[in-house]
Amino acid sequence: MTAATTTPPVRQPFIKSRALRRFLSHKLAMIGLFMVLGLTFACFVGPYLLPYDELYIDLRARFAPPGTGGHIFGTDPLGRDLAARLFHAGQISMAVGFAVMVIATTVGSVVGVVSGYYGGKISAVLMRVVDAFLSFPSVFLLLALAAFIQPGPVMIAVIISATSWMEVARIVEAEVKSLRNQDFVQAAHMLGLSGRWIMFRELLPNAIGPIIVAASLTVARAILLEAYISFLGYGIQPPLPSWGNLLNGAQQYLGSAPWLAIVPGLAITIAVTGFNFIGDGLRDAFDSRAQGQ
Amino acid sequence: MLRYILSRFGQSLLLLLIVSFIGFAVLNLAPGGPLSQFALSPGMTQEQIDKIAAQMGLDRPLIVQYFDWLQHMLVGDWGTSYRDGQPVLHVIESHLFATLLLMGTATSISITLGSTIGIFSALRRRSVFDYAMTVASMVALSIPTFWFGLIAIYIFALNLGWLPAGNMYTVGDGSVLNYLKHLIMPACVLALVDVAVWSRYMRTSTLNVINQDFVRTARAKGLTRRRVLFKHIVGNSLVPMITLAGLQLPMVLGGALVTETVFTWPGMGRLFLDSLGYSDYPVVMGLLMASAMLVLIGNLAADIAVALIDPRIALE
Repeated sequence: MTAATTTPPVRQPFIKSRALRRFLSHKLAMIGLFMVLGLTFACFVGPYLLPYDELYIDLRARFAPPGTGGHIFGTDPLGRDLAARLFHAGQISMAVGFAVMVIATTVGSVVGVVSGYYGGKISAVLMRVVDAFLSFPSVFLLLALAAFIQPGPVMIAVIISATSWMEVARIVEAEVKSLRNQDFVQAAHMLGLSGRWIMFRELLPNAIGPIIVAASLTVARAILLEAYISFLGYGIQPPLPSWGNLLNGAQQYLGSAPWLAIVPGLAITIAVTGFNFIGDGLRDAFDSRAQGQ
Repeated sequence: MLRYILSRFGQSLLLLLIVSFIGFAVLNLAPGGPLSQFALSPGMTQEQIDKIAAQMGLDRPLIVQYFDWLQHMLVGDWGTSYRDGQPVLHVIESHLFATLLLMGTATSISITLGSTIGIFSALRRRSVFDYAMTVASMVALSIPTFWFGLIAIYIFALNLGWLPAGNMYTVGDGSVLNYLKHLIMPACVLALVDVAVWSRYMRTSTLNVINQDFVRTARAKGLTRRRVLFKHIVGNSLVPMITLAGLQLPMVLGGALVTETVFTWPGMGRLFLDSLGYSDYPVVMGLLMASAMLVLIGNLAADIAVALIDPRIALE
């Protein structure tokens, strides 16, 4: 009896979310994911596999070229192992990148959703502030901030966030504005739900796609910006290594020890490229309209 | 049209006001403040520091200082440099040309190269070339400008010896050729990121134009491919690029700062870093304002240009 009424089983895809499936079949995104995971693995596991500590100074082995004496990437002017310093620097640079992602995305989302939901004067004021922040070249603003604070990884992450939240705010604002008049928001109003509930429980979850895309691109941007200001000497201060400050002294040894410049720059490029590829994949995954382009 | 221009102008002024307030707040609310450099000198008592603060008017409430500064700025008095006592505006002016030369050259390179790549990518959509350029532009966007500069110096100056590694000219040689030789490497390095951005946007813009009716009509009229491309497609897909050129300005200016440092180019970026090193607040503030003004003027010019080309925009 019961057997007759059961419908033939529809083959369920292994991964239910369509966006996730699209993302996993995006070639560039997978390459990016591989790059980022590989680099993360190297930075967090690598130091335990190397024969040298990142602070061990060996003055007899100054400027050892890559591959000599167990130094796979060579040594710096003090005879410290570049590989060990690079991996430690990676931990810090990537931590800063992720911290900025969390802070900037949160601030940007809140500003965006408040501005998009209330509209009118509140939106006008908030969006002018966004425009004003966007009028400064971010490196200028960042340096002006960094020069006058006590630079530690936490403060660096905070000030990079201060120059990185605007894009998320714009994206979320536009998204919320278009969602605001849809039926489910009207229904929430009718139920008498508070503005805060509607903004954070109804509107924001529906704008999650663009937010995730922006977040992944923010990591890339933050790693780049950290490198810029640390290279110029206003970011993370030695002896704490970061990818940017490893390059800080590299220019004067460009002729004699080019690996000091080449290796950290490659690490930055790989990390940033990885996050940009992932961002591109996420954009395609969330936005089915972009498929045709 | 005039109303549109005036309203855009008013918006820019308002924005500049907010920008000046943010810039002022950022510099003055930071711990330390303009007086921190005096606190470092030995034998300086708190009393003396207070005296200096009173002399310079730094003991007044911040909002009063802001309006005082704003008032002076509006009449062209941007203060005097703490370092050498010169008027800030004069200091900035003497570094402006070098930066504009670098940015102008870089932007010309990126527009030419980026648009060409973008158009070809669009015409040969999903070809190997298109795919390669997509990947290449994303990698180019990920390369730190200063590192690319270092690598360029390593290859072209140190190993091949074709180009000088820095500075704007050789002392004692003021020929145009000499300037060009010094200009080419930093300009190309600065242009790299922008080429990537331009080629992406140009590709999208060209794709939008290709699918429009007037292009189909032009083809149906029997015009040659070349004529359709140059007369109908290229011109129309360049229009949105004018806006992009304005929007890209902060990025180019920020990139110029870093590029100037690597190539010891005597522009605003170098001045900015030097002034930071000396805690030269008036110059730092002046440069923040000058860069924001450049950006706002650029955006305003771009918007007006687009409106003049496409009058429908002014009616919205």
